[in-house]
Amino acid sequence: MTWYRRWAGDPELVTLALVLSLAGIAMIFSAGAVNVPNPVTEGAWIRQAAWLAISLAVFTLVTKIRTGWIEGLAVPAFIVAVLLLRLSLAVGTGAGTAAGMEGWIDVGPVRFQPSELAKVAAILGIARLLATREAPPTYLRELVAPSVLIAVPLLLVVLQPDLGTALAFVGLLFAALYWAGTPLHLLFLLASPGLALILSFNTWVWSAYFVGLALVLVIYRRSLFVAESLSVALANLGAGAIANPLWNSLADYQKNRLLVFLDPALDPRGAGWNLIQSKVAIGSGGLLGKGFTQGTQKRLDFLPEQHTDFIFSVVGEELGFVGALGFILLFALLLRRLVYLAEATPRGFSGLVLFGIFGTWLVHIFINVGMTVGLVPITGIPLPFVSYGGTFLLACWAMTALAVRVAREA
Amino acid sequence: MSGDDWTVRRGRGRLAGIIVVTVMGVLATAFFRAQVIRGTSWTLQSDSNRLRLVSVPAPRGTVFDRYGTVVADNVPSYSVSLLPAPLDSIDAGLRRLQPLLGLDADDVAALMERARAEPRLPLLVDQDADYDKVAALEELRAELPGVFLEMRPKRRYANGPALGHVLGYVGEISPGELELPAFDDYEQRMEIGKIGLEREYERELSGERGVRYIEVDAVGREVASFQGQPGISALPGEDLELNLDLGLQAYIHEIFPPGRRGAAVALNVEDGGILALYSAPSFDPNEFVGGIDPERWVQLNADPERPLFNRAVVGRYPPASTWKVATTAIALRLGVLEPGEFMPAPCTGAWALGNDMRRCWNASGHGHLDLAGALAHSCNVFFYQVGVRIGLDNLVREGARFGFGDVCGVDLPEESSGVFPATLGFWEDRYGFPPTENEVLSLAIGQGPNDQTPLKMAQFYLALARDGSAPAPRIARTGGMEPEDAGWSLGIGPEILDAILDGLRQVTAPGGTAYLSTLEHWDLVGKTGTAQQGLADEPAHAWFVGLAGPWGEPYEIVTAVIVEEGLSGSTAAAPVAAKAADFYLRRKYGVPTDSIQTLREHYRSGVPARWAGQRRPG
Repeated sequence: MTWYRRWAGDPELVTLALVLSLAGIAMIFSAGAVNVPNPVTEGAWIRQAAWLAISLAVFTLVTKIRTGWIEGLAVPAFIVAVLLLRLSLAVGTGAGTAAGMEGWIDVGPVRFQPSELAKVAAILGIARLLATREAPPTYLRELVAPSVLIAVPLLLVVLQPDLGTALAFVGLLFAALYWAGTPLHLLFLLASPGLALILSFNTWVWSAYFVGLALVLVIYRRSLFVAESLSVALANLGAGAIANPLWNSLADYQKNRLLVFLDPALDPRGAGWNLIQSKVAIGSGGLLGKGFTQGTQKRLDFLPEQHTDFIFSVVGEELGFVGALGFILLFALLLRRLVYLAEATPRGFSGLVLFGIFGTWLVHIFINVGMTVGLVPITGIPLPFVSYGGTFLLACWAMTALAVRVAREA
Repeated sequence: MSGDDWTVRRGRGRLAGIIVVTVMGVLATAFFRAQVIRGTSWTLQSDSNRLRLVSVPAPRGTVFDRYGTVVADNVPSYSVSLLPAPLDSIDAGLRRLQPLLGLDADDVAALMERARAEPRLPLLVDQDADYDKVAALEELRAELPGVFLEMRPKRRYANGPALGHVLGYVGEISPGELELPAFDDYEQRMEIGKIGLEREYERELSGERGVRYIEVDAVGREVASFQGQPGISALPGEDLELNLDLGLQAYIHEIFPPGRRGAAVALNVEDGGILALYSAPSFDPNEFVGGIDPERWVQLNADPERPLFNRAVVGRYPPASTWKVATTAIALRLGVLEPGEFMPAPCTGAWALGNDMRRCWNASGHGHLDLAGALAHSCNVFFYQVGVRIGLDNLVREGARFGFGDVCGVDLPEESSGVFPATLGFWEDRYGFPPTENEVLSLAIGQGPNDQTPLKMAQFYLALARDGSAPAPRIARTGGMEPEDAGWSLGIGPEILDAILDGLRQVTAPGGTAYLSTLEHWDLVGKTGTAQQGLADEPAHAWFVGLAGPWGEPYEIVTAVIVEEGLSGSTAAAPVAAKAADFYLRRKYGVPTDSIQTLREHYRSGVPARWAGQRRPG
């Protein structure tokens, strides 16, 4: 098996990715086995298998690129990705899982999602930016440049509108800053306007939060400039103030998707029904599940997205808690491996790339799996390696290839 | 981070590992709770059971008339559907239902077609199954997998045949309607107002449908309501109060000359509300509820009498002599006619402008007449001369300003605007040549390019009965939006209105064209009309538009009646209008409605009318 070791570069990481990909194809096959034939889901597993073959070829190619080159390609790749995102807003064909998304570009017969490429490019971009630092950031203002860098593709993705992918950008920003050694209170302060936005649904909760924030600012006053403290406070106040208008600017389906995890009755026929069905499917799976392809909820083709965003409820129904736990374990090992590789590499850029990938996947996994049991709001975000979707699978494997390459080359 | 700070990196790595374990632990715990501990509410009773979503239709709002009488409400009915399943199961289910519901082979084929087209929706087999069938199905429930019985509200229209055109009816939403942006939140199979008030006030009446989550077993039998997520009750639609007087509407339906086509409109003078709006022949909207029988539908559409056509607001007729009042108003307003003035040429049965010889309807002539006399006898010759004095240009301009080319703004989905030349360019557009001055002769007597709906004529007379202005006539008293152009004014002063009403009084005075339609208890005035159709040998349409109220008081009701091919306004239309007004006022003032109404009826029955011909002051 030396050829496998040589090809994979990091057999542990690649094996985990392969197992997840193959299990994903199996679940997509099962998701297509429904009572009411659906042309979209029926042959999806074959298409996914084809995409896996392409992904593995791309993986092979990318692992041949030297880390120095990758570092050099970071800036051009980032610029191209941003331009493509802008282009997709103009010419997008809107074939996403959520209605009316503009995140797709047709290249000949192939549908292609620039936001997936943008994730890879953003990881490289921020790694490149932070790797130039001599020492970890110690002041809040030092986080401005990386934040702005990520904000550009993030805002373009929000405009598509694709909130789930936008969260992945947030995840990779924080993971990279974390690995760059940013003090945790600075990360908290950076995240605080976002927290204020979320918590502003209730005046009391928000007020309590704001008092807590003020305490943090007082405690760390020595490491903060007055202007920084003021900016944070103002940003939090501003976030609290714009929360309402921002909320009202969302489309109804977005609001409902965000809220139904609190109360499925808000959208009893749409997102709420999906969530109820998903929860029932998972609940009825029990400890051991109903058996592969035997899910009765799934058989009704209850979810238009059961092969993409809701693939994990099929896992829960058919393979039970044991199967779900198995998947969760595989993902935990995958993430743990990324952390291990980052720890092992002496090169700053490499570690940052690995952590960028780590942050992206962590967000994807937590939100995707969490939403199927009603733990987090429903956001259209796929499960790495498992969900149906060619560009996404390709992006996951490209990230794997980058991880392998930057980790191997000291 | 600086690449060489090993201890910091170790610490960060370890914390990242803890984060991974925590996040995955949270997910695993959530699944453990959902799958192993299994709160009872989120699980189904059997692993092979499934969860279904069933829409609960909302009862439509009740419609009341002005006195609070129910015009439209809901009664419970039972529907039979098959839950979504593979086509062969649907087919088997239909075969089992076939004898029980009395379906024929064509019905089954049509239903199968539908099941194929909409595989995810429950297949509605019978929307309104009668009680015996439902009882039979209930008994056989265990042998009928996938059959879903549901009680749903069914629309019921009181006095349906009298109200068809006003209320409209409900029916299943069509694919075309589903495409409309107004019905974005509607889904297939939903009931929707198709025409009439049901359509106009669909938003208010429809309410909001609810949902039920039910647990069904492997063959589709309903096992239980789902415990995990409570359903949502349907929100009943808003009630609608109408200006309409159901009693009056039904009365008009009863007295309208049998077998005749035509229309009748009654307006309340005080607020312009529509008291009655009737089109003959009518249809019964109850026939449409739950889907009209296709044969009946074809029959209704093929009927040469066109029962589905709302003549009161969509039908357009030459207003004929009823429009002479408009000519009068224009002449008085322009100052080319004085109220007591006689026209220079006496009526000799005809009158010539240049070599254009025009006749009066009365070939023996009316002699010298003043305005009131001319209105009383509806003398064409008088109005030819008034028309010439006004001039074509002025007549067209003022007529258009009076709104004869516009709609009334009634709260119905469909309304025809009047046809009236807005400018002299009208003739060029329509006929390709400019009008000659002689056109004014036709227009002055309500002929020529002038077609009005019965509602429009009623609205014009409404303005005369008020202060020269009239609101848009509304059927509903509540709900909907206020019409934007609520105010509409003729722009004529009280002296002119008095002069016109004086003239109209002569019409029902002894010798006037509508004298025989006068009433014992109420002051009735108005104007008859006899509208020639395009071809001279076709029978003329009969018009009457009038005002009525207690003696010496302001008028309270406007009635406009047209009887197609009724030959004469005096004999065909005026009696209907007079009796309708009488009926409304008697009921309003508590006068018994069972005695003889019009003078004509007195003559026919031989009961002397001591009141005849006596104006009763105040």
